[in-house]
Amino acid sequence: MATVEHALSLRGDRRVRRRRVVNRLAEASATIAAMLAIFVLGVVVWAIAKRGAGELSWGFLTGDLPLPFSGESGGIAPLLVGSGILVGLATGMALPVGVLIAVFLEEFASPAVRAPIQLAVDLLNGLPSIIIGVFVFGLLVYGHPQNGWAGAVGLAIVMLPLITRATQEVLRLVPSAHREGALALGASRWRTVLGITLPSALGGILTGTVLAIARATGETAPLLFATSIFGRTINWNPGHAMPNLTVQIFIWSESADPQDHKRAWASALVLLIFVLVTSLVARTLLARSRRKLNR
Amino acid sequence: MSEMVTMPTMRPVDVAARRDAESQTTRETVFDIQGLQASYGSNVAVKGVDLEIYQNLITAVIGPSGCGKSTFIRCLNRMNDEVPSFRHEGKILYHGIDLYGDGVEPVEVRRRIGMVFQKANPFPKSIYDNVAWAPRVLGLKKNLDERVEKALQGAALWDEVKDRLKRSALGLSGGQQQRLCIARAIAVEPEVLLLDEPASALDPIATQRIEELMHGLKEEYTIVIVTHNMQQAARVADRTAFFSIDSDESGRYGVLVEYDETPKIFTAPSDKRTEDYVTGRFG
Repeated sequence: MATVEHALSLRGDRRVRRRRVVNRLAEASATIAAMLAIFVLGVVVWAIAKRGAGELSWGFLTGDLPLPFSGESGGIAPLLVGSGILVGLATGMALPVGVLIAVFLEEFASPAVRAPIQLAVDLLNGLPSIIIGVFVFGLLVYGHPQNGWAGAVGLAIVMLPLITRATQEVLRLVPSAHREGALALGASRWRTVLGITLPSALGGILTGTVLAIARATGETAPLLFATSIFGRTINWNPGHAMPNLTVQIFIWSESADPQDHKRAWASALVLLIFVLVTSLVARTLLARSRRKLNR
Repeated sequence: MSEMVTMPTMRPVDVAARRDAESQTTRETVFDIQGLQASYGSNVAVKGVDLEIYQNLITAVIGPSGCGKSTFIRCLNRMNDEVPSFRHEGKILYHGIDLYGDGVEPVEVRRRIGMVFQKANPFPKSIYDNVAWAPRVLGLKKNLDERVEKALQGAALWDEVKDRLKRSALGLSGGQQQRLCIARAIAVEPEVLLLDEPASALDPIATQRIEELMHGLKEEYTIVIVTHNMQQAARVADRTAFFSIDSDESGRYGVLVEYDETPKIFTAPSDKRTEDYVTGRFG
């Protein structure tokens, strides 16, 4: 029924074809960029695994640190224990404070008070970790011997905004109908937070904490001035400098002994595996708690 | 809308006629609302409301969407305090005490004046813990099991859930969840129950159960129910307040048009706007 002047054609003219080409190009470059992220991660994992895997053994994980140029094989047990204690202490400090900050921002703060505190948390998140290291040195180490507490405080500062952010996000997912229901029963705001809101958000808070742990375990700069001159054996006392993975990787990689370089790679592999596994666990947890909240 | 058109010829009249004609003069006044104006920011939601609510009666609040009936009922237990921009003028006296007076704790107000919301909002806990949570928090820990059972019986839910008290409340049907919310509210032994469109998300059978329940509950509680369903108001309420929308140069706001015994509102309203609404010509 098309008239002669208005013959219907669905085949595009030149302009339409050009738009199609541009669209394809944009899509392709975005896809390539996305692949690049996976590629970079893959290369890093592969490079570290290739150089570090050979050195890994049970003895390496359980032995004390070797003397330099001694030829003994040695191990990294003191580093694992030290890093564990440092991160554990940091978590103990950052978790309650971070959750309370998030509770304040989401449940109590008026918009006017909220904005500057939110900004402070975000800025803290972007704070270069070497500055945290220097700050902790000036505050807690200068004039004293190096000690694990100072290192833990440094790591806690790294973890704090991460935990706060993660907690805020899950608190926002808790339906406001639950809060209303609790308040309408005569419960105070704090009781409502404690009994209704936080339990619903628990999964997300745990996830955020695990992610923060993964991040803090890999931090070097906050520990560099606080706990970098340590002995070769396991130290359980945070009152003294604590051996730890990241600083030791740095020390070994700067060493003149080629054997130390191998140890650095192997330690890096251990650290990498820990961080990857904890991150994956955290994300699985998060997906589960999201599903539960959105039901 | 067809239900509204057929309204005048059907049940409300019969139901209303059956009701014992109780005179409000013998009843104690629970709420005495004087010149209430409520606004959010610069938006006035309701204006100039004068109203008395009597003990052990069911008072329905009806009216078109946006007439401020939810705002009004939320003033009665200070739930609007949670909205930062909320302002009010006028007075709400609860047994003669100004609800918004100095030193009045919203927490204390809400314990005495319970509320059930439009959408059932059980906590993500077990059925038992949903009911027991508030008594625990408020320090009513003695004989908690009995209290929970009594509340669930009061909400006509006990027989359905007594064998699965430890299961999640989220597994209940919509109607059961809403009755659980009623049980949760009465577990702290309030004097007043505010119901904000409690059946609007429920099917007719669940709605009927809630309505039957209300008839029983009014023996012990004073009930205020907001509903957009006029038949529901006609079926359950002793007295009915009709809100409508007015406007002037400052904008649109809700007003109380008429407040009387339910049969009178539905059969012989004194205001033209009420008549138009209950006969389905408006709304």
